[in-house]
Amino acid sequence: MSRIPASLRTEALEQILTERGLVDPGVMDKFIANYETNVGPLNGAKVVAKAWTDPDYRERLLADGTAAIKELGFSGPQGEHIVVVENTAATHNVTVCTLCSCYPWPVLGLPPSWYKDPAYRARVVREPRTVLREMGLDLGADVEIVVRDSSSEVRWLVLPERPAGTEGLSEDELVPLITRDALVGVAKVAAP
Amino acid sequence: MDAIADIGGADGWGAVRTPDRGEPPFTEPWEGRAFALTLLGMGRVSGQNLDAFRYALGRLDHAAYFDDGYYGRWLNAVELMLTESAIIAPGAVDARARNLQGEHVEEPAAPEPHKPDYAPTAAGSLREVPDPPRFAPGDRVRALPVPDGPTKLPRYVSGHTGVVESVQPAHLLPDTHAIFQGENPQHVFTVRFDSRELHGADAEPFALTIELFDSYLEPVS
Repeated sequence: MSRIPASLRTEALEQILTERGLVDPGVMDKFIANYETNVGPLNGAKVVAKAWTDPDYRERLLADGTAAIKELGFSGPQGEHIVVVENTAATHNVTVCTLCSCYPWPVLGLPPSWYKDPAYRARVVREPRTVLREMGLDLGADVEIVVRDSSSEVRWLVLPERPAGTEGLSEDELVPLITRDALVGVAKVAAP
Repeated sequence: MDAIADIGGADGWGAVRTPDRGEPPFTEPWEGRAFALTLLGMGRVSGQNLDAFRYALGRLDHAAYFDDGYYGRWLNAVELMLTESAIIAPGAVDARARNLQGEHVEEPAAPEPHKPDYAPTAAGSLREVPDPPRFAPGDRVRALPVPDGPTKLPRYVSGHTGVVESVQPAHLLPDTHAIFQGENPQHVFTVRFDSRELHGADAEPFALTIELFDSYLEPVS
């Protein structure tokens, strides 16, 4: 017997639960729209741009990530306790969840396919330098790599290094430079 | 247990995928539906919880875990939870799906629901623990063998020695919470390992940290 596509089985389960009044498709629509429009890596980019331009905020962010992120209005599921770690010229943090795909939803939204892929989950805790090079980030041999495996409800957010040449940019001008990949630690932020 | 999900450090997965900056949260509409069904199904509909969902993921067979993609895996896990709470009958989803594609198969009747005897003591997963933490930053600890049943202790750190980097807020224990045997909150420690301790002398040099619950650890003098 051939396997029934997941798309059709999803429709089947939604029908069964809706007919019995156990789920409301309108509630489902709202969940989906929220993650399609409000909760995404733009939130994390705003946090980082503020940290780059406001030294007091940066200090608060590194001391208590959850509270500092909440100052900007970002909180919710998968964000109960967010720890922010700073990448520097000497130390590069990169995050993963080997057991599932835990990810700080309030600041990054839902995880991208490469983060959920078994190859990333399996390999970044064994050969991160090689994995990062495959993803386009070639770190010098003198840079210490720290891999952060999110195995509990603690979620990690990387504060990337502010690129040289952006000293004159405002917080709002910095936001679009800051990518999801840099906030996970598989890329650096590039100057425009 | 959870062996199918416990892939950290495993060989044979090939190249990583190249990031696509413009990738949307859901690449096809059904993925969003499966996402929303899972959020609703794991809690209020099945009467279970997030750790039970992760345990259900870990109990899927190879095809159900890997072949339907990420949100297909979620769908398969929430179907398992809904079946185990007797909200839906075994085979009900497949029967309906076959009818949706034009077949005429009989669908099983809805069973009498049998939700677990479970209610959270508070929202979320963080809890207060009255006793002070057993370890402090700088202490050397060893990760114990992976227990039977649900756990968040992966094989690749089990048996290895690291150093406590920081003490995190206490959490309810997934090992018992996932099977409705109590929240049993414990202190959680971020433990730092050297790559050569984990993977041998020839490993790339790097450090790795992971959050480990108190009962996953023993002191190393």
